[in-house]
Amino acid sequence: MDLSLSTRTVGDRTVVEVGGEIDVYTAPKLREQLVELVNDGSFHLVVDMEGVDFLDSTGLGVLVGGLKRVRAHEGSLRLVCNQERILKIFRITGLTKVFPIHTSVEEAVAATD
Amino acid sequence: MATVELRFSALPEHVRTARLVAAAVARRAGVDEAVLDEVRLAVGEACTRAVGLHQHVGITAPVKVALIEEEKQFSIEVGDEAPHAVPGVKTSGDAADELEAEEDEMGLAVISGLVDDVEVTAGESGGLIRMTWPTAPAVLPPV
Repeated sequence: MDLSLSTRTVGDRTVVEVGGEIDVYTAPKLREQLVELVNDGSFHLVVDMEGVDFLDSTGLGVLVGGLKRVRAHEGSLRLVCNQERILKIFRITGLTKVFPIHTSVEEAVAATD
Repeated sequence: MATVELRFSALPEHVRTARLVAAAVARRAGVDEAVLDEVRLAVGEACTRAVGLHQHVGITAPVKVALIEEEKQFSIEVGDEAPHAVPGVKTSGDAADELEAEEDEMGLAVISGLVDDVEVTAGESGGLIRMTWPTAPAVLPPV
């Protein structure tokens, strides 16, 4: 399984739907996508991880990089994830304190802070 | 010898193969289903780290993975051949090296968070990460 990416706009938010495996091989594609969005002026991102089967520290690094980029423009990066095995890696690394993690795209899109 | 041994070119696209093989052998060895996700993630982190070290130093040697089934336990050894891969010792201070070191530490942090029984050794001729999981249900740690 490879990585699939699709984006859509909901109000002032850009939702990035990610599917498949985010690892050392596929993470660069996600990084490119996030960089491109920020360069194009999308500073409020919602990354929907419900379709993600696997996430490793390389993927975490890309998400942290994305967060740094949007913050430089006073933007936000929110995650949507309900999968315990994916949430676990955020907890182990302490990143649950860094990323707002929501249970649905609707909730993430509606969130302000 | 190990139950299964893998050698792969130090390229990111092969890390997934190592994960799949390791999980399959772990399942056969009797590692609890609930722990297989951790096995997959931990071996992926160890292989990613090894690939990064080989690529950083320009080593063409393969990354080695040994999957070892023993009585009541299952071990995975991931070996690299990168010299000076001594944890905590910085050989130079430029930004690229520091970034590399950060990613390296993130991978190790995930491994040590996931696996209770892990040994990391490193020296002039390379490094080795050995991770062990119990296979007897009675001694499984609470999930």
